[in-house]
Amino acid sequence: MTSASHSKSDGPGFDAKGDLTEDGMHQFARHHRQLSREEGVLMEEKIRKVELAISLVLRIGVVVSVVVIAFGLGLMFFHHSAYFSIRGGFSYRELTSQASPFPHSFASLGNSITRLDGQGIVVLGVLILILTPVLRVAVGVLSFIYEKDPPMALVTLYVLVVLIGSFFLAGV
Amino acid sequence: MTPLDFVLSLTLISVAAGVLGSLIGLGGGVVIVPVLTLLYHVNIRLAIGASIVSVIATSSGAAAAYVRERMTNLRAGMFLEIATTTGAVSGAYLTTLLPTRFLFVFFGIVLAYSSFVTFQRRHVAEPLEVSSDRLANYFNLHGSYYDPFEEREIPYKVVGTKLGLALMYVAGLVSALLGIGSGALKVPAMDGAMHLPMKVSSATSNFMIGVTAAASAGVYFIRGQIDPIIAAPVAVGVLVGATVGARVLGRISSKSVRLVFVVVLVIISVEMLQKGLLP
Repeated sequence: MTSASHSKSDGPGFDAKGDLTEDGMHQFARHHRQLSREEGVLMEEKIRKVELAISLVLRIGVVVSVVVIAFGLGLMFFHHSAYFSIRGGFSYRELTSQASPFPHSFASLGNSITRLDGQGIVVLGVLILILTPVLRVAVGVLSFIYEKDPPMALVTLYVLVVLIGSFFLAGV
Repeated sequence: MTPLDFVLSLTLISVAAGVLGSLIGLGGGVVIVPVLTLLYHVNIRLAIGASIVSVIATSSGAAAAYVRERMTNLRAGMFLEIATTTGAVSGAYLTTLLPTRFLFVFFGIVLAYSSFVTFQRRHVAEPLEVSSDRLANYFNLHGSYYDPFEEREIPYKVVGTKLGLALMYVAGLVSALLGIGSGALKVPAMDGAMHLPMKVSSATSNFMIGVTAAASAGVYFIRGQIDPIIAAPVAVGVLVGATVGARVLGRISSKSVRLVFVVVLVIISVEMLQKGLLP
């Protein structure tokens, strides 16, 4: 089995399907142990770069969405001064009931934002928040390609495709 | 209660949810859903929408710090996301088919089991030094982190990757069905099945839940389950709380993290079972 795989263009240690064979795994491990120190340091540096890039993306996404959401929330109260009333009359239940209208499609969201409606701005901020993890996966794909780590690049690419697919499946 | 009271009180509760969620990797949804349904009597569908927002907020807020501090196992997290995202997409389509009461009972059982598994491992402290797990070795999912509480670098090996993947698929399903960010299943999967240290499990769970939740968030947005007046205070409060909580994890012992995790799970599990079973 393994001797046959050596003649394949995939190279030693891989079977006909291109998967790593048991033998190949051992070679890989042995190879790994020999260079463990150098490789270890190299791997550490690679992971570190990816970590810093991802941490930065997350922080930017978080700060931007907080600012937008807080601004939108301010506008909601500014436009509807009844929200402030201390002596009731306007219960929060009217706002949180299922009948209360708010934008939940891109057309109505666009309208709402151009009117500088608080609800629309809040939803925009929430969408930025939702897109932050997607962006962080995309940065992960690019980082792993850049650091020449094909297995992890493929893994993150699959996650990105499923994520983007989920938005299309939702009919966004 | 006026809308202003509602927004202010919900923001404060969300800060607490963010601290707790980021500390034990549960994502705050586990606090937000019961608070909204039991305290504010918000419809469960809107509560789940808000919870998805809180999960993403906890994840991004806490992970920004955990990733920088090397507490997160980035490679293991990204690898396991294969299963969680796939589970989340399948789950988002089952949620309209299942009645609310069933969701509560199911939620309760899931959490009770998670807490039992985690409590059983409370005396296990030392991480593994060798691993013959092929997937873990091939993708090099092993890692090392600096523990400020123990003041030393702690290297660890990963095992049980296949079982981990299976549990993560279920975690993704549960997240989409209940909006609890599935941290309740992710942490035991990494801590129990894959032998990652408790703090790394929590930090990595925090890192992953945002992506799992994002995979079902599009569906919730289109269905009109993300109500701005609920989502805004939740998002802002949780983000602030998660940033604070991320500074705490390193400084307390792994055993404390584990016990807090178990206690929170038991409480919520009982609440949910009650809601689902009693008339």
